[in-house]
Amino acid sequence: MLFSKANDSIELIDKFLNCVDQSLLLFKEGVKNYLYNNTEVFNNDISQLANAEIESDNLRREIEKALFIQSLMPQMRGDIMRLLEEMDNLIDQSKKSLFQFEVETPHIPSELIPDFIRLTQISVSAAESVIPAAKSYFTEPTTVNEKIHRVYFYEKEADLLADIVRRKIFREMPDLKLSEKFHLRYFTLHIEDISDTAEKVADLLSIMAIKRIV
Amino acid sequence: MQFYLLLLSGLLLGWSLGAKKFNNIFGTAINNRLISFKNAALISGLFVVLGALLQGTGTSKTISELSFIDAPGGAFTIALSSAIVIKLLTKHLQFISITLAIVGGIIGWCYYTSNALNYSTLFKVLCVWVFSPILGAIIAAGFYFMLRKYMRQSKLHLIKMEAIIRISLLIVGVFAAYSFGANNIGNVIGVFMNSMSFTFMIGSLTIQSTAILLFLGGIAIALGIATYGKRVIQKPDSIISSLTPETALVVVLSQAVVMFIFSSSVFSNSFANIGLTAFPLAPVSSSQVVIGSMIGIGVIKGIHEIKLKTVGNILSGWIITPLFSGITTFISLFFVQHVFAIPVTNKKLTPISDQIHPSIKLEIPNETNLFLILLLSIAMVSVFIYFVVSHLKNKKTESENNRRLQEKIQFSEFQKALTDIEVNTVQLENTTLAARLDEKRNELVTYSLNIGEQRQYLDTIYKSIQEALDTPEIERKNAILKNELIELKQKMSFSSEVDKIYQQAEQVHNDFMERLNNQFPDLSTQEKRLMVLLRIGLSSKEIAPLLNISMKSVEISRYRLRKKLNLDNKINLVEFTKTM
Repeated sequence: MLFSKANDSIELIDKFLNCVDQSLLLFKEGVKNYLYNNTEVFNNDISQLANAEIESDNLRREIEKALFIQSLMPQMRGDIMRLLEEMDNLIDQSKKSLFQFEVETPHIPSELIPDFIRLTQISVSAAESVIPAAKSYFTEPTTVNEKIHRVYFYEKEADLLADIVRRKIFREMPDLKLSEKFHLRYFTLHIEDISDTAEKVADLLSIMAIKRIV
Repeated sequence: MQFYLLLLSGLLLGWSLGAKKFNNIFGTAINNRLISFKNAALISGLFVVLGALLQGTGTSKTISELSFIDAPGGAFTIALSSAIVIKLLTKHLQFISITLAIVGGIIGWCYYTSNALNYSTLFKVLCVWVFSPILGAIIAAGFYFMLRKYMRQSKLHLIKMEAIIRISLLIVGVFAAYSFGANNIGNVIGVFMNSMSFTFMIGSLTIQSTAILLFLGGIAIALGIATYGKRVIQKPDSIISSLTPETALVVVLSQAVVMFIFSSSVFSNSFANIGLTAFPLAPVSSSQVVIGSMIGIGVIKGIHEIKLKTVGNILSGWIITPLFSGITTFISLFFVQHVFAIPVTNKKLTPISDQIHPSIKLEIPNETNLFLILLLSIAMVSVFIYFVVSHLKNKKTESENNRRLQEKIQFSEFQKALTDIEVNTVQLENTTLAARLDEKRNELVTYSLNIGEQRQYLDTIYKSIQEALDTPEIERKNAILKNELIELKQKMSFSSEVDKIYQQAEQVHNDFMERLNNQFPDLSTQEKRLMVLLRIGLSSKEIAPLLNISMKSVEISRYRLRKKLNLDNKINLVEFTKTM
């Protein structure tokens, strides 16, 4: 009974992090399904991602309410809320990007499909690496810095690959119209942005871990 | 009855102690909303009284052993002087020890009444007072090291760890309240113990005066916590309130342990039992222990910066507090004895030199006496000058701040007035523009209607002329043409259009019409219309066709109007109507 409220708050945070993880997986699968023209599965992925986004927002609000009503961690709760907001941005960005696929229906030539899949995988890997780092902030802050190295690695890889894809689009595909090239360029940016947001979260986690250790 | 009245000064000191020091016990817990102030005050009050009753005898006895204060009047004066000195010095010094004030007061009493001061007890008190922050630092460093290790190795979730620390802070707060009551009760009632010795009987139950004094002292501290503790906690510059829960836990715990050690006779005797010197039991300054604890934690954290200003502040408190208290007590004793006729000692007052045992009597030469007195006087005068100068400086700063505040208020009022004027101007402009817009709209509508009317009329003339041309009979033809001529003549008077022009002019210059009616009620309608047309800016040539008269008649009408208005020859009629 003494720790029931604390356990409830811990459960909410774990649920939120699981929601982030699930959203990233849905995004990865969604892009794959779009590229392989699995329309029905793609639409299912979109609706699931939309639901995950709503759920994550609700969870974030519940956590915020719990932290403030119970006056938990007054020195750290500002940082924790910021962390949750930034991680929520990952879900928002995934949802928006996948919706862009659904709305704008970009024409992606078959030669570019493996590149787009690879780019999505790397960008999502950067975001997925943030989750264990965030979990370890709450239990073992000393191990946070070890875990966020993967985020930086994948983010750089995503940037490199995105540049390669864009170069390929503009230089090696003369059959594509300029408008199609621009369209594809924006989609590489959408996917790349997820790894950039993950990098921001990693930077924030790094500072928070230092504050906890000191 | 007199006994209780004289005890009041000690209880006042207890109240002040409770109010000031409550922050060190539950300050962080309350500020972090771990516990409400009401519950914290209740728990603290209860455990302070318990601590005083169960463990307060040791420190009270130590204070009473400093000198044998045999009259309640003397005890009253010492306690009251100490309370006054603490109140006065709080504004200027951050760290003031009530123990030092009491000790200074007792020394002052000894000098006034020529009673002996127990130097060995004084030495014990001073040792405890110097050693307590050092002990606090060592204990806090140890606790903090262990806590940090536990927090790092346990891998407990942050929220759960936080919950554990919160509960621990409450438990430690209870222990700290108990230790505080046990240790600091000596400051409150120690001086009264020798002069108030009696037993109280309730049936077969015998209650010693010591127990009653401890109980009353504990209640006074509890009341101080309950009535004034909240204000002290809410002060933004309090040290302990700004600590994290983990650091506050260690500081409060180390403070509680130090105060417990220096008030527990069991602990003290256990040292004696193993062949060591018994631990002295004496009141400890909780604020100094808190500072010592924070230094200990700082050493573990690796913070190497110690503010010399804070150290200087503490050291000056150590010197100034007992000095001031002693002098104040010395002077107050004189007034209490001679003005209020309350005996401050039961002994006949003899010079202090006769009181001292020959073996420890010091032969102090007169020159040294004179030198000491001179030194003391210089010290007193310098301190007095310092306080006066700082008071004047503060006053000057305050008046300067007030002046700046007044100027700011005045400036904001001016700005507000200016803004109001601007707003009014804009509103007036808007109203005028709205009126002009309406006017233009009406004009447009009028012109449109006019055009329609004209067209209709011309159509009628056309039909009449056509009819006349088509009619073969000459008589019928002439009749039709004659009718048309009459209609044309009537139309040429433009009576309805002129009426409309007057109506519109009167509408636009409504305020002018009002002033005209008020100032010149004798003017006829035609004369008023003439004034309106002049105000619009029409010349006599333009007015003539509107009034359907000749230009000469317009001139004559203007001349008659001037007479009626009693205008001087030098004043222009048109200018007059425009400026009216």
